Amino acid sequence: MFENLSDKLESALKRLKGQNKISEENVSEALEEVRQALLDADVNLNVAKQFVESVREKSLGIEVKANVLPGQLMIKLIHDELVLLMGSKKADLIIAPQAPTVIMVAGLQGSGKTTFCAKLAYMLKKKGKQPLLVACDIYRPAAIDQLRTLAESISLPVFSKADAKPLEIATEALVYARKFGRDIVIVDTAGRLTIDEEMMKEVADIKAAIKPNEILFVCDAMTGQDAVNTAQAFNDLLELTGVVLTKLDGDTRGGAALSIKHVTGKPIKFVGTGEKMDALEPFYPERIASRILGMGDIVTLVEKAQSQIDEKEAARLEEKLKKNQFTFADFLDQMKLIKKMGSLRDLLGMIPGMDKALKGVQIDDKAFSKVEAMVLSMTLEERNSPKLLNGSRRKRIAAGSGSSIQDVNRLIKQFEDMQKMMKNMSKGKMANMFGGGMPQLPTGFRN
Amino acid sequence: MGLFDKLKKKLSNVVEAVSFERLSDGLAKTRTSLVSKLKTVLFAGRKIDATLLREIEEILITSDIGVTTSEKIISRLRDRVKRDGIESADQVINVLQEEIVALIGTSPSAHNDSIFAVDAENGPHVIMVIGVNGVGKTTTIGKLAHNYKKSGKSVVIGAADTFRAAANEQLEVWAKRADVGIIQQKQGADPAAVAYDTLKSAVAKKTDVVIIDTAGRLHNKQGLMQELEKIGRVMKKIKPEAPNDIYLVLDATTGQNALQQAKEFTKVAPITGLVLTKLDGTAKGGSVIAIVDSLNMPVRYVGVGEQIDDLQVFDPEAFVAAMFEERVTVSEEETK
Repeated sequence: MFENLSDKLESALKRLKGQNKISEENVSEALEEVRQALLDADVNLNVAKQFVESVREKSLGIEVKANVLPGQLMIKLIHDELVLLMGSKKADLIIAPQAPTVIMVAGLQGSGKTTFCAKLAYMLKKKGKQPLLVACDIYRPAAIDQLRTLAESISLPVFSKADAKPLEIATEALVYARKFGRDIVIVDTAGRLTIDEEMMKEVADIKAAIKPNEILFVCDAMTGQDAVNTAQAFNDLLELTGVVLTKLDGDTRGGAALSIKHVTGKPIKFVGTGEKMDALEPFYPERIASRILGMGDIVTLVEKAQSQIDEKEAARLEEKLKKNQFTFADFLDQMKLIKKMGSLRDLLGMIPGMDKALKGVQIDDKAFSKVEAMVLSMTLEERNSPKLLNGSRRKRIAAGSGSSIQDVNRLIKQFEDMQKMMKNMSKGKMANMFGGGMPQLPTGFRN
Repeated sequence: MGLFDKLKKKLSNVVEAVSFERLSDGLAKTRTSLVSKLKTVLFAGRKIDATLLREIEEILITSDIGVTTSEKIISRLRDRVKRDGIESADQVINVLQEEIVALIGTSPSAHNDSIFAVDAENGPHVIMVIGVNGVGKTTTIGKLAHNYKKSGKSVVIGAADTFRAAANEQLEVWAKRADVGIIQQKQGADPAAVAYDTLKSAVAKKTDVVIIDTAGRLHNKQGLMQELEKIGRVMKKIKPEAPNDIYLVLDATTGQNALQQAKEFTKVAPITGLVLTKLDGTAKGGSVIAIVDSLNMPVRYVGVGEQIDDLQVFDPEAFVAAMFEERVTVSEEETK
């Protein structure tokens, strides 16, 4: 995500590379390009103008230190300004002191409300809550079926009622939630246009009746200049408590993300990053700013790993590595783990510098499948003691996995290399392993 | 009566239903904001200088026309101002409108007259509808089926969105509303198989038009894009020309990413036309101008509401005219 914006910002800042001083002139040129990059990314015009002005003022007031190049300094300024623009701190979901917590979800047609409702319910369920989903979209054909099907896939109940108005459905859902001890109530409403007075009144009436703790506005991250107007209109009517950005897994430049907080003053709380039920992340302005500037997001990567890896399992693996007993069976487990963490391209993109390095490179998640097939074609014995793999066994594995004998040879060679590398690692030669090839952060970010 | 006259007669039924008024209503918000915004800077007596041109450019950008296309329009405007010796700012609005029409009027969209033409000898006419998630593909298909049905064609819809929860049910409702047939399988079935079955059935029953719905997909997901390619490929086994049309549905509220979508989708499924939806909202729909200008792809239809007859054949001149048309009632900003 944000690929294009970071590209453009980078080319804008190239002008400053090799320059030793920040002058009004060289900053102006670069900032004009920054402005254009922001506009091309659908950042609201007024927001883009203010952004550029603010960076300009700050940049001229700063004394350039000997070891910091102007380009790096500008990246730091832009990074900080981006964080400021998007709301500095992560905003948590409001949980009512007394259950149930009522969450109402609203937005335009096709922004992804229903999918978000189900994802949020799933996220809360995993945290031990007992959410109830409420189907208030009685207009779009099969909207209720959609919510039901999604809810079924995550084993959660849906409250719906035939031939009833949304207001009635929402009110009764609350009664139901109290009676059956559901501590979170997520109300999915129909998509509506801000100029549709009747529909806007409907959602305002629902709000008045159920008094939600959270009122979330769902916004498609690909939205253009109109995003802020729409968000503002919903905010004026409903007094939003937060914003959700969806479809951030596209190649959108996400200008809406940068503008909405600034215009409405309401924080972005979640971002949707895929069609699967677990593709929902809390929004961290700091991390997103880093991603926009192509600096990666190592924190999220580590967190993703943590959420999938079991501590005990990790300890067991470490022990095995130390003793150099890493086998194909462990290798298979590792692959499964990584797959669970998300698309390989997205994961790699979070490593600082990698996003740029991988530009235009398509990473096929299916590459894993081939390797997996080969390992699965080994007997359990072979997986646990790779030394057994002689010529005829290799031939059988190739045939069994539909690959060539060369593929199998290559896999075994790579596996042996990996074992060696791990042996070194366990001896504490970690630094050598990377050979100093790790991309470095711009000087401005080193503490 | 010649073939063309017959066609015209049939078309007029459809065109009647989709009157200019509807489009104007849909674009009302666009118009008030674009024209009223332009008027605040383009008043009589003001000199036409760099500052003014910059202000006009910014207004165009806030209409999602995009930086590149806005710059192009401004440069054409600057030339015209010089050439025609225009001095006062209030004369600029008309020139601006003319230049935008000139920019998109020569596009392939200018030739939408025979849009419902179907080669009866070599049927069925297969239309595949593609796009990212939530742009309104299913709704568009319902309306499209209705339009063809109204122009006297028999239609069958293939429900090849086998991924999204309840997509089948949603399409079924639309098929019923349009009173056309539908071929579907269970959720999770192979979409290419659904498309194949639909086409096969249409050939057997000599149906005039086949419309294939596909699941929404983001254009940067390689696997899903390949799936689209496969759907097209499989249909060719029955009819080599299929799909005759590939319509990409774009949401008018989408900003500059719409360009990216058009570029990426056409790589796997050569787009023959665009459908712009949700023009009844507050979005300015300016991204159409950017798309037509930079991609030279024909816009076939615009969607202006949730009702079944809210899909209109795109007419560039009428579109721009609606954007610039003055409202009879005084707009809010002017009363302030």
